Amino acid sequence: MTFVQKALARAAGVESAEVGQILDVRPNIALSHDNTAPIRKIWQRLGQDRVAIPERMAFTMDHAVPAPTPRHAQNHQEARDFAAEQGVSNVFEVGRGICHQVLSEEALVLPGQVILGSDSHTPHFGWMGAFGAGVGRSEMAVIWATGEMWLRVPESMKVTITGELQPWVTSKDLALHLIGRLGADGGLYRSVEFHGDGLEQMSIESRMALTNMMAEFGAKNSYSPADEKVVEWLTPRLAARKDISETEAREEIRDSILAPDEDADYVEEVLINASEVGQQVACPHTVDRTADVGELSTIKVDQAFLGTCTNGRIEDLREASRVLKGKKIAKGTRLLVIPASSEVMNQALSEGLIQDFTEAGAMIGVPGCGPCMGNHSGVLAPGETCISSANRNFKGRMGTPEADIYLASPAVVAASSVLGRVAAPQEVVS
Amino acid sequence: MPTVDLSQPLTGRVWKYGDDVNTDVIFPGKYTYTKQDPEEIAPHALEDLDPSFAGAVQPGDVVVGGSNWGCGSSREQAAGCLRHSGVSAVIAKSFSRIFYRNAINSGLLVIAMPEVVDLIESGQEITIDLTAGTVCSAGRSWPIPPKSDSLRSIVLAGGLIPATKARLEAGQ
Repeated sequence: MTFVQKALARAAGVESAEVGQILDVRPNIALSHDNTAPIRKIWQRLGQDRVAIPERMAFTMDHAVPAPTPRHAQNHQEARDFAAEQGVSNVFEVGRGICHQVLSEEALVLPGQVILGSDSHTPHFGWMGAFGAGVGRSEMAVIWATGEMWLRVPESMKVTITGELQPWVTSKDLALHLIGRLGADGGLYRSVEFHGDGLEQMSIESRMALTNMMAEFGAKNSYSPADEKVVEWLTPRLAARKDISETEAREEIRDSILAPDEDADYVEEVLINASEVGQQVACPHTVDRTADVGELSTIKVDQAFLGTCTNGRIEDLREASRVLKGKKIAKGTRLLVIPASSEVMNQALSEGLIQDFTEAGAMIGVPGCGPCMGNHSGVLAPGETCISSANRNFKGRMGTPEADIYLASPAVVAASSVLGRVAAPQEVVS
Repeated sequence: MPTVDLSQPLTGRVWKYGDDVNTDVIFPGKYTYTKQDPEEIAPHALEDLDPSFAGAVQPGDVVVGGSNWGCGSSREQAAGCLRHSGVSAVIAKSFSRIFYRNAINSGLLVIAMPEVVDLIESGQEITIDLTAGTVCSAGRSWPIPPKSDSLRSIVLAGGLIPATKARLEAGQ
C-alpha cells in the first residue's frame, strides 16, 4: 500500500484501503483559523449543543492579525468564546503564528496521523509523514459535530529527488520547477509522495516548503518520509507539550510512523535531479508560469514580501539575511518581513536577523499570514509589482486585480529588494 | 436569492471561461472573513475574472470552465457565490478537489465533462436535466456522469448541512 492508503485506513479503523474507496475517516486534529467563527455559525444550524470532539479541535488566529477591522476582531472574539464554551484548549492566540507552522511546532500532529483543516495548505503536514488535506467550512462543521468525514482514497504519484541543490537554490525552486514542468494540475487529486537521497539531505524547514507548495500542484495531500530528522525535530516539542520525558516522546512518535510499502502502486513516477534545478520564479497570475530568475531582470519591484506558511521560517530568514546584511533596500522598493510564528520571531531576534532586516530598511510584521491573501497589512496598489516568498500569485490575491505578484525563494526576494528589480542573490552577494 | 431547484429541467445561457480558474478570481480573498451570507457573497461572484457576470447572470445559467476549475483556497464562498447567483451548474474539464467538495456541500451541481467543454460556447442556450441525467446544448445531448447516491443526496438536500442535520435527527 501507498502512504495514503495506510494513513486513511488507520484513521478509518480498517485493516487496508483500496484506491477509490470511500472511507469515513476520523481525523486526529481538526484545524480551523480565523474562519472558526463563520464555521461555528454553520455548525449551529445542525442543532447540537456540544461539539463531538473538543480535544481534537485546534483554532489559530493568523489570517488577519492583529485584527484590521472591528469585524475581524469580532471573528477572533467569537472563536475565543466558542473555545471556552465548548472546552477547546488548543487555541493559539493572535501573534502566535500561522496555523501550519504553529501546529507543527506544538507537535499537535504526529507522523502517520490525519489532520483535516479548513485551509487549503493543510497538505503542509506531509513534511512529517502525516496526511493533511484541506476541507471546506461546512465539512469542518460536520467534523466538529460527528468527529468524522468521508474521504476518497486517492491515487499516489512518486517524486524521487536525487542529487544536491546548487548554492542559492532551495526547495522552493524545486517545488516551482515541479509545478512548472507538470502544470498546476499535475498532481490533481493525488497523494504526492517525495522520496530520494536529495530529500534526505534537506532540512526540516526545506521539506515544509516543499510539501506546503503541493497545494499549488492540485494535490490532495503530500508525503515526505518520517526519518530521524523528523523524529528529532518533534521529540522535544512533544515532550514539552505533554510534560513527558524525551524518551517517552520519541517512542510515541516512532510508534505513530507509517511508511509506504516497497511495492506500492503509483500512477506516475517523476525523477528530479536537484543539481539541475535553477532559481525559479512564478510569473503572474498562475504558479505554473515559471521562468528562470535571469529572464526577469527587467521586472521592477515595488514591494518584496518575505514570510508565509511556505517560506517564513528561520532557515528562510537566515538565507534572506545572508543577502541583506549590511545592504540597503533600493529606493522606491519596500521590504516586508513577517516571521511564520512567534518561535521563529524569537529565534530571529536572538540571532540578530531582525536587526539585519530593519537596518537594511525593512518593515517587520506580526507573526501570521500578513498580506498573502489580501486581507491587510501590506496589500498592493493597482499597477504595483510584488515579489513574494508565498505560494500563490493569483490575480487579485494581494488585494487588487491590477497588481502583479511574482513568487520566488527567500534569497531571490531579498536580492530583489536590494536591487529594486527581480534579481538573483549572486548579483548582490559575491 | 435566485437559488435554483435542481429537481426540474433548467435552461439558461453559457458563461465560458478557461483553465485553472482559481478561487481568488471567483471570490476575492479580501472578502473571506467579512462576507458570508448569500446576499453578501453573490454580488462578488467571478469579480476578478469577469466583472460583468454578477450583474447579468440569470437563474438557470451555466458556468463552463476548462481544467482544474476552482484551484487555490478552500474558501467555500467560491462555490456558494455561484450557487446564490443562480447558476444551475458548473461544467468543467476537471475540478480542484476542495472546490468540488465545497460545491457538493453547498448544493451547487458540478459536472466534470472533459469531452463536452470544447463543444460549448459562451452565450449558447443550455439545458440541465438532472432527473433525466442530461446536458443539452446546440442541438446535442450528453449524459451527465453518475454521482454516488450519497453525493446526489447531498446536492438534492441543498448541501451537506441540511443533509447531516437530517441524518443526526434520524439518529444515524
